Amino acid sequence: MADSDGRQVDSINHSTGKICKELTKEEKQRLRKEKKQHKKNKKDDRGPPEKEKEKEKASVLAPSKPATQSPAHKAAPVPVNASASESPVAAEKPAKSKAEQRAERRARQDTERASKQGKKEGGQQSASSKPKATPNELQPVVKRLPEHIQVDDPAALKKLAKKLERQQVRQINIVPLRSDYGYKVSLFSHLHQYSRKNPPTQQISIPATVIHPSIVRLGLQYSQGIIAGSNARSVALLHAFKQVIQDYSTPPNEELSRDLVNKLSPYISFLSQCRPLSASMGNAIKHIKKEISNIPSQCKEEEAKRRLQECIDSYINEKIILASEAISKYAIEKISDGDVILVYGCSSLVNHILCEAFEKQRKFRVIVVDSRPRLEGREALRRLVKKGIRCTYVLISALSYILPEVSKVFLGAHALLANGYVMSRVGTSQIALVAKAYNVPVLVCCETYKFCERVQTDSFVSNELDDPDDLIVTRNGKTHLENWQTVKSLGLLNLVYDVTPPDFVDLVITDLGMIPCTSVPVVLRVKNVDQ
Amino acid sequence: LDEYLRIREDPDVASAVAAIRSLLEFLKREQSETILGLRENMTKAIHRLEETDSSVAVSSGGELFLRFISLTSLEHPDLSQCKNVMIERGELFLKKISLSRGKVGKLCHTFIKDGAKILTHSSSRVVLKVLENAAADNKRFTVYVTESQPDSAGKLMAQKLCNLNIPVTVVLDAAVGYIMEKVDLVIVGAEGVVESGGVINKIGTYQMAVCSKAHNKPFYVVAESFKFVRLYPLNQQDVPDRFKYKADILKTVKDLNQEHPMIDYTPPSLITLLFTDLGVLTPSAVSDELIKLYL
Repeated sequence: MADSDGRQVDSINHSTGKICKELTKEEKQRLRKEKKQHKKNKKDDRGPPEKEKEKEKASVLAPSKPATQSPAHKAAPVPVNASASESPVAAEKPAKSKAEQRAERRARQDTERASKQGKKEGGQQSASSKPKATPNELQPVVKRLPEHIQVDDPAALKKLAKKLERQQVRQINIVPLRSDYGYKVSLFSHLHQYSRKNPPTQQISIPATVIHPSIVRLGLQYSQGIIAGSNARSVALLHAFKQVIQDYSTPPNEELSRDLVNKLSPYISFLSQCRPLSASMGNAIKHIKKEISNIPSQCKEEEAKRRLQECIDSYINEKIILASEAISKYAIEKISDGDVILVYGCSSLVNHILCEAFEKQRKFRVIVVDSRPRLEGREALRRLVKKGIRCTYVLISALSYILPEVSKVFLGAHALLANGYVMSRVGTSQIALVAKAYNVPVLVCCETYKFCERVQTDSFVSNELDDPDDLIVTRNGKTHLENWQTVKSLGLLNLVYDVTPPDFVDLVITDLGMIPCTSVPVVLRVKNVDQ
Repeated sequence: LDEYLRIREDPDVASAVAAIRSLLEFLKREQSETILGLRENMTKAIHRLEETDSSVAVSSGGELFLRFISLTSLEHPDLSQCKNVMIERGELFLKKISLSRGKVGKLCHTFIKDGAKILTHSSSRVVLKVLENAAADNKRFTVYVTESQPDSAGKLMAQKLCNLNIPVTVVLDAAVGYIMEKVDLVIVGAEGVVESGGVINKIGTYQMAVCSKAHNKPFYVVAESFKFVRLYPLNQQDVPDRFKYKADILKTVKDLNQEHPMIDYTPPSLITLLFTDLGVLTPSAVSDELIKLYL
């Protein structure tokens, strides 16, 4: 029924003859330069002080990069290289301006602009969706579907646009609405489907005063897939927020605790436009917002900022780094000598566990299962082989061939839902199913900050659609699918997540200990009581 | 230690209860100067007990006892005062758990209908209590007991049931599949209840559970709450060796592959309900209770 709605003509040149391949590093750099150029042009219209502010922000970015690099190092070598290539670009602009003056001027201009540009006209479509994990905090009476999975309903989108226009009085909210790309399979027409070739920053300009540049950079990194993986995304998000808090200054007659939260909302909408928020990111954002609103009003700004920075640091330390230590401790008990362990894709946690176990002199070998189009298993393979662990590499189609050899299956998770279902990379539920059929124990490793209150029993209702062009591949010089848009009855589906029922999972290892999959709501309850 | 052995001889007392009682005695006679030293001595005592009688129940009972008495912060400056508080709590704990068997019996006997045929495995005092309660309720039922080699505990159980005037038949361990179609329900005790909701019990329980699942008969487990233990076995192999074999065998024998294990693990998917003094639980609720007990 939603076929005609879902199909949208893409105005940006999706060059038909071009084969879609992964963006090389040069292209990423080029994109970033373009974005900065774009912003700079816009800046020239608004006058010099803005430009110097931008330079100052860029210089603040440069020293903060080493800080982001070391924790982001855990994620993948790619984001580190990407950000390293960016720092020479940023450092080109000399920045010796005084921070205080800039901040004051910025604050003044903020208030001026806020009063002047009361209602932004519809020229810049400022509809944005708020895909919170628990979406209905605003409408307590009627339970409605979150807006990001009502893409096929034009009435819902219009309602959203109107609501944001009303909000314009208080704040500038120029958040771009990315247009969907290509034909969407009807079963998933309620989800967004974006093309990686149209980054959200190319279509519109985002002035630095509306969205902090580090957030723009983060959004770009998400949408291009430079930062991928649940932990990596959350850590990058928290670091970007630290930067935002650093550069933030309370406007006069405003309280930090309230104003900062309002400032963060358009950033979050922007990020969700670049790539839908993960459950871990949602929980992190909730935590930060709670911390911000808990700041007592008589606290000085410097003190408050310092406190928030500490709070973010401790969150990262406790929930991610220390949690992974605790999880490895429990998991190593379950790895015995002579084990053959199967892993799927690249989970930072599972890789960490295996490396730790290897260091503790356990004798085991690993089978890495991989799947197209992401081929994340290669990254995991690289890391494990570097440690010296004996590995085998298969594609997921060879799963039932290799399973009789396997003694245990270790899986990572993107989120654990409140009814005990495990949401993870697509293909995980397949592995769990076949492992159950062969009576091989399945262990899921997941930190508690990824537990979310959502309930889902199938992979359709809430998922993520990746760029369909990823499925196009060139073999022997022939690309069969390159004209898939012209064939009206053909749709390419590139799903990102799927859900595994708890019957297939034998054990969940969390930082609180080893629990059965059905005890996830108990942990959630205990955590809520603690808070 | 001698205290423990003495208490052990009382056939009505579970090994865990005996362990806890002896730990209490040990605590009373203990001489350490600091709380940390006290804890260390207690842990050492528990290890000694485990060495003599390697059963899951002793280890779980010991650990729970330790947690229970040191649960809240002991802020009294005087050590002897602290010790008195701990001893008080220890007595309280002991009293509670001696009543637990009665509670379980009361809960479970309502599930036995008139004219039921019950299958049970080896000798369990809790199951005995349940059947006693049911008999006292004037219910008519017959019991099949497996022999449960290698120690023939089943015969002992049959004797006890005879004394209660309950019609009982002893069957071979291998005859479980044969007899399953005749019985209405299966009730077994447990040596330990693990975090996943599964149970550790005398060898032969697992195949009885598999059989009952195949015949769609309910499989009930009765256990007191002090048998909850913080293990999480994934399969039979994952159960630690120190529970599988008797303590003296562990010490003397070199190659454990030649020995017969004394216990096996029944996964939670095969268990219908667990009757404990905390109530009637499904296997997934066991983890909930454990989190409450230990966290």
